Amino acid sequence: MSRATLRNLAALASGVVFGLGLSLAQMTNPDKVLNFLDVAGSWDASLLFVLGGAVVVSAVVFHFILKRRAPLWDTVFHLPLARAIDKPLVIGSALFGIGWGLSGYCPGPAIASGGLNNPEALWVVPSIIAGAALQRWSHYRQTADID
Amino acid sequence: MTSFTPLSALAGGLLIGTAAILLLWLNGRIAGVTGMITGLLVKPSGTQIWRLLFLAGLVLGTVLYAAWGQATPLRHGFPVPLLIVAGLLTGYGTAQANGCTSGHGVCGLARLSVRSLVATGTFLGVAIVTTFVVRHLVGLAT
Repeated sequence: MSRATLRNLAALASGVVFGLGLSLAQMTNPDKVLNFLDVAGSWDASLLFVLGGAVVVSAVVFHFILKRRAPLWDTVFHLPLARAIDKPLVIGSALFGIGWGLSGYCPGPAIASGGLNNPEALWVVPSIIAGAALQRWSHYRQTADID
Repeated sequence: MTSFTPLSALAGGLLIGTAAILLLWLNGRIAGVTGMITGLLVKPSGTQIWRLLFLAGLVLGTVLYAAWGQATPLRHGFPVPLLIVAGLLTGYGTAQANGCTSGHGVCGLARLSVRSLVATGTFLGVAIVTTFVVRHLVGLAT
Protein backbone atom coordinates (compact mmCIF):
# COMPACT_ATOMS: atom_id res chain seq x y z
CA MET A 1 0.00 0.00 0.00
CA SER A 2 1.23 3.51 -0.80
CA ARG A 3 1.80 5.96 1.99
CA ALA A 4 -1.01 8.14 0.68
CA THR A 5 -3.42 5.20 1.02
CA LEU A 6 -2.15 4.49 4.53
CA ARG A 7 -2.71 8.14 5.46
CA ASN A 8 -6.27 7.98 4.14
CA LEU A 9 -6.93 4.84 6.18
CA ALA A 10 -5.43 6.49 9.27
CA ALA A 11 -7.71 9.51 8.82
CA LEU A 12 -10.75 7.24 8.51
CA ALA A 13 -9.71 5.22 11.59
CA SER A 14 -9.08 8.39 13.62
CA GLY A 15 -12.53 9.67 12.61
CA VAL A 16 -14.19 6.41 13.66
CA VAL A 17 -12.50 6.45 17.09
CA PHE A 18 -13.39 10.15 17.46
CA GLY A 19 -17.03 9.40 16.61
CA LEU A 20 -17.15 6.51 19.10
CA GLY A 21 -15.69 8.82 21.78
CA LEU A 22 -18.20 11.62 21.10
CA SER A 23 -21.07 9.11 21.26
CA LEU A 24 -19.88 7.40 24.43
CA ALA A 25 -19.34 10.80 26.08
CA GLN A 26 -22.88 11.82 24.96
CA MET A 27 -21.56 14.93 23.23
CA THR A 28 -24.03 13.98 20.48
CA ASN A 29 -26.88 14.81 22.88
CA PRO A 30 -27.37 18.63 22.69
CA ASP A 31 -29.31 18.63 25.98
CA LYS A 32 -26.29 17.09 27.73
CA VAL A 33 -24.06 19.82 26.27
CA LEU A 34 -26.45 22.64 27.19
CA ASN A 35 -26.77 21.26 30.73
CA PHE A 36 -22.98 21.41 30.97
CA LEU A 37 -23.01 25.04 29.83
CA ASP A 38 -25.93 25.90 32.16
CA VAL A 39 -23.85 26.39 35.30
CA ALA A 40 -26.62 28.42 36.97
CA GLY A 41 -29.32 25.82 36.33
CA SER A 42 -29.38 22.05 35.83
CA TRP A 43 -25.59 21.83 35.70
CA ASP A 44 -24.16 18.51 34.51
CA ALA A 45 -20.37 18.54 34.93
CA SER A 46 -19.81 15.40 32.83
CA LEU A 47 -18.28 17.26 29.88
CA LEU A 48 -15.42 18.49 32.07
CA PHE A 49 -14.36 14.84 32.20
CA VAL A 50 -14.59 14.53 28.41
CA LEU A 51 -12.38 17.56 27.82
CA GLY A 52 -10.07 16.69 30.72
CA GLY A 53 -9.59 13.08 29.61
CA ALA A 54 -9.01 14.03 25.98
CA VAL A 55 -6.57 16.87 26.76
CA VAL A 56 -4.50 15.04 29.37
CA VAL A 57 -3.96 11.85 27.36
CA SER A 58 -3.21 13.86 24.19
CA ALA A 59 -0.83 16.23 25.98
CA VAL A 60 1.23 13.37 27.41
CA VAL A 61 1.48 11.42 24.14
CA PHE A 62 1.82 14.51 21.87
CA HIS A 63 4.91 15.39 23.89
CA PHE A 64 6.63 12.19 22.74
CA ILE A 65 5.23 12.22 19.18
CA LEU A 66 6.49 15.76 18.56
CA LYS A 67 10.02 14.72 19.56
CA ARG A 68 10.10 12.56 16.42
CA ARG A 69 11.55 14.03 13.23
CA ALA A 70 8.40 13.18 11.30
CA PRO A 71 5.10 11.31 11.62
CA LEU A 72 5.09 7.63 10.69
CA TRP A 73 3.44 7.96 7.26
CA ASP A 74 4.35 11.50 6.20
CA THR A 75 7.56 13.50 5.82
CA VAL A 76 6.63 16.48 8.03
CA PHE A 77 4.25 17.47 10.83
CA HIS A 78 1.50 19.77 9.57
CA LEU A 79 1.05 21.99 12.61
CA PRO A 80 -0.77 25.34 12.69
CA LEU A 81 1.72 28.18 12.25
CA ALA A 82 -0.41 30.98 13.69
CA ARG A 83 0.66 32.18 17.12
CA ALA A 84 -1.02 35.58 17.31
CA ILE A 85 -3.72 36.32 19.87
CA ASP A 86 -5.60 38.60 17.49
CA LYS A 87 -9.07 39.95 16.79
CA PRO A 88 -10.17 37.20 14.36
CA LEU A 89 -9.29 34.56 16.98
CA VAL A 90 -11.26 36.22 19.77
CA ILE A 91 -14.21 37.46 17.70
CA GLY A 92 -14.50 34.15 15.84
CA SER A 93 -14.39 32.18 19.08
CA ALA A 94 -17.03 34.47 20.61
CA LEU A 95 -19.35 34.01 17.61
CA PHE A 96 -18.84 30.26 17.88
CA GLY A 97 -19.61 30.45 21.61
CA ILE A 98 -22.97 32.11 20.84
CA GLY A 99 -23.81 29.41 18.28
CA TRP A 100 -22.75 26.62 20.64
CA GLY A 101 -24.70 28.05 23.57
CA LEU A 102 -27.82 28.49 21.41
CA SER A 103 -27.98 25.01 19.90
CA GLY A 104 -25.73 22.72 21.96
CA TYR A 105 -23.85 21.64 18.83
CA CYS A 106 -20.17 22.23 18.11
CA PRO A 107 -19.02 21.13 14.64
CA GLY A 108 -17.83 17.56 15.46
CA PRO A 109 -20.94 16.34 17.27
CA ALA A 110 -23.15 18.12 14.70
CA ILE A 111 -21.60 16.11 11.86
CA ALA A 112 -21.50 12.92 13.96
CA SER A 113 -25.23 13.36 14.67
CA GLY A 114 -25.85 12.66 11.00
CA GLY A 115 -25.16 9.02 11.94
CA LEU A 116 -28.02 9.04 14.46
CA ASN A 117 -30.76 9.88 11.94
CA ASN A 118 -31.06 13.08 13.95
CA PRO A 119 -33.32 15.47 11.99
CA GLU A 120 -31.62 18.46 13.68
CA ALA A 121 -28.39 17.56 11.87
CA LEU A 122 -30.14 18.27 8.57
CA TRP A 123 -30.40 21.93 9.62
CA VAL A 124 -27.29 22.42 11.70
CA VAL A 125 -24.68 20.78 9.47
CA PRO A 126 -25.49 22.67 6.24
CA SER A 127 -25.70 25.91 8.25
CA ILE A 128 -22.25 25.30 9.76
CA ILE A 129 -20.78 24.56 6.31
CA ALA A 130 -22.48 27.64 4.85
CA GLY A 131 -21.18 29.84 7.68
CA ALA A 132 -17.64 28.50 7.26
CA ALA A 133 -17.84 28.96 3.47
CA LEU A 134 -19.02 32.55 3.91
CA GLN A 135 -16.08 33.30 6.21
CA ARG A 136 -13.49 31.62 3.97
CA TRP A 137 -14.71 33.25 0.76
CA SER A 138 -14.90 36.72 2.30
CA HIS A 139 -11.63 36.64 4.27
CA TYR A 140 -9.58 34.08 2.42
CA ARG A 141 -6.27 35.96 2.54
CA GLN A 142 -6.42 36.90 6.19
CA THR A 143 -7.27 33.58 7.73
CA ALA A 144 -6.15 30.81 5.36
CA ASP A 145 -4.08 28.38 7.38
CA ILE A 146 -4.51 25.24 5.30
CA ASP A 147 -1.92 23.12 3.54
CA MET B 1 -32.30 16.95 33.10
CA THR B 2 -29.35 14.73 32.27
CA SER B 3 -27.56 12.70 34.90
CA PHE B 4 -23.90 13.12 35.86
CA THR B 5 -21.92 10.41 34.01
CA PRO B 6 -18.23 10.92 34.87
CA LEU B 7 -17.04 7.44 33.89
CA SER B 8 -18.50 7.26 30.38
CA ALA B 9 -17.50 10.92 29.91
CA LEU B 10 -13.91 10.13 30.88
CA ALA B 11 -13.84 7.01 28.66
CA GLY B 12 -15.27 9.04 25.76
CA GLY B 13 -12.66 11.73 26.36
CA LEU B 14 -9.89 9.12 26.31
CA LEU B 15 -11.19 7.80 22.97
CA ILE B 16 -11.25 11.34 21.55
CA GLY B 17 -7.67 11.82 22.77
CA THR B 18 -6.69 8.49 21.19
CA ALA B 19 -8.14 9.64 17.86
CA ALA B 20 -6.10 12.86 18.07
CA ILE B 21 -2.96 10.86 18.94
CA LEU B 22 -3.46 8.48 15.99
CA LEU B 23 -3.80 11.31 13.49
CA LEU B 24 -0.76 13.21 14.77
CA TRP B 25 1.44 10.11 15.13
CA LEU B 26 0.58 8.53 11.75
CA ASN B 27 -0.16 11.55 9.53
CA GLY B 28 1.28 14.51 11.44
CA ARG B 29 -2.14 16.18 11.37
CA ILE B 30 -4.31 17.97 13.91
CA ALA B 31 -7.69 16.28 14.49
CA GLY B 32 -9.71 19.48 14.24
CA VAL B 33 -13.16 19.30 12.69
CA THR B 34 -13.13 22.97 11.63
CA GLY B 35 -9.87 22.38 9.73
CA MET B 36 -11.44 19.40 8.00
CA ILE B 37 -14.40 21.50 6.83
CA THR B 38 -12.46 24.62 5.77
CA GLY B 39 -9.74 22.52 4.13
CA LEU B 40 -12.34 20.89 1.91
CA LEU B 41 -13.97 24.26 1.15
CA VAL B 42 -10.75 26.03 0.20
CA LYS B 43 -8.97 23.28 -1.69
CA PRO B 44 -11.45 20.64 -2.84
CA SER B 45 -8.80 18.45 -4.49
CA GLY B 46 -7.76 14.79 -4.38
CA THR B 47 -5.08 15.46 -1.79
CA GLN B 48 -7.79 16.67 0.61
CA ILE B 49 -9.73 13.38 0.49
CA TRP B 50 -8.36 12.37 3.92
CA ARG B 51 -10.35 15.21 5.49
CA LEU B 52 -13.54 13.82 3.95
CA LEU B 53 -12.59 10.34 5.19
CA PHE B 54 -12.07 11.66 8.73
CA LEU B 55 -15.53 13.27 8.68
CA ALA B 56 -17.05 10.08 7.22
CA GLY B 57 -15.33 8.18 10.04
CA LEU B 58 -16.95 10.52 12.55
CA VAL B 59 -20.38 9.56 11.22
CA LEU B 60 -19.41 5.87 10.96
CA GLY B 61 -18.20 5.80 14.57
CA THR B 62 -21.53 7.24 15.67
CA VAL B 63 -23.43 4.66 13.58
CA LEU B 64 -21.37 1.84 15.13
CA TYR B 65 -22.02 3.16 18.63
CA ALA B 66 -25.74 3.52 17.92
CA ALA B 67 -25.81 -0.11 16.74
CA TRP B 68 -24.18 -1.53 19.88
CA GLY B 69 -24.25 1.10 22.59
CA GLN B 70 -26.91 2.93 24.52
CA ALA B 71 -29.42 4.89 22.44
CA THR B 72 -28.72 8.64 22.21
CA PRO B 73 -31.92 10.55 23.05
CA LEU B 74 -33.06 12.91 20.29
CA ARG B 75 -34.35 16.39 21.08
CA HIS B 76 -37.84 17.26 19.86
CA GLY B 77 -39.49 20.58 19.16
CA PHE B 78 -36.35 22.72 19.16
CA PRO B 79 -36.96 25.74 16.88
CA VAL B 80 -35.47 25.19 13.42
CA PRO B 81 -34.64 28.91 12.84
CA LEU B 82 -32.54 28.80 16.01
CA LEU B 83 -30.68 25.75 14.68
CA ILE B 84 -29.93 27.60 11.43
CA VAL B 85 -28.76 30.82 13.12
CA ALA B 86 -26.65 28.83 15.59
CA GLY B 87 -25.13 26.78 12.76
CA LEU B 88 -24.23 29.88 10.72
CA LEU B 89 -22.60 31.56 13.75
CA THR B 90 -20.74 28.34 14.61
CA GLY B 91 -19.49 27.84 11.06
CA TYR B 92 -18.46 31.47 10.55
CA GLY B 93 -16.87 31.80 13.98
CA THR B 94 -14.90 28.56 13.94
CA ALA B 95 -13.60 29.31 10.42
CA GLN B 96 -12.51 32.80 11.56
CA ALA B 97 -10.83 31.44 14.71
CA ASN B 98 -9.32 28.53 12.74
CA GLY B 99 -10.59 25.94 15.19
CA CYS B 100 -13.34 24.70 17.46
CA THR B 101 -13.72 22.37 20.43
CA SER B 102 -11.56 19.67 18.80
CA GLY B 103 -8.79 21.71 17.14
CA HIS B 104 -8.36 24.41 19.81
CA GLY B 105 -10.09 22.70 22.75
CA VAL B 106 -8.41 19.29 22.58
CA CYS B 107 -5.39 19.36 20.24
CA GLY B 108 -4.40 23.00 20.86
CA LEU B 109 -4.53 22.69 24.65
CA ALA B 110 -2.61 19.39 24.39
CA ARG B 111 0.10 21.23 22.42
CA LEU B 112 0.15 23.88 25.19
CA SER B 113 -0.77 26.57 22.64
CA VAL B 114 -1.61 29.92 24.27
CA ARG B 115 -3.62 30.86 21.17
CA SER B 116 -5.81 27.80 21.66
CA LEU B 117 -6.16 28.51 25.38
CA VAL B 118 -7.50 31.99 24.57
CA ALA B 119 -9.86 30.56 21.93
CA THR B 120 -11.15 27.84 24.28
CA GLY B 121 -11.64 30.23 27.19
CA THR B 122 -13.51 32.63 24.89
CA PHE B 123 -15.92 30.17 23.27
CA LEU B 124 -16.57 28.32 26.51
CA GLY B 125 -17.19 31.55 28.44
CA VAL B 126 -19.42 33.04 25.75
CA ALA B 127 -21.34 29.75 25.40
CA ILE B 128 -21.99 29.69 29.17
CA VAL B 129 -23.25 33.30 29.08
CA THR B 130 -25.39 32.57 25.99
CA THR B 131 -26.97 29.51 27.61
CA PHE B 132 -27.68 31.57 30.73
CA VAL B 133 -29.37 34.32 28.70
CA VAL B 134 -31.39 31.86 26.60
CA ARG B 135 -32.54 29.66 29.48
CA HIS B 136 -32.85 32.00 32.43
CA LEU B 137 -33.45 35.49 31.04
CA VAL B 138 -35.36 34.83 27.81
CA GLY B 139 -36.72 31.41 28.74
CA LEU B 140 -36.57 30.51 25.03
CA ALA B 141 -35.53 26.88 25.25
CA THR B 142 -35.94 24.37 28.03
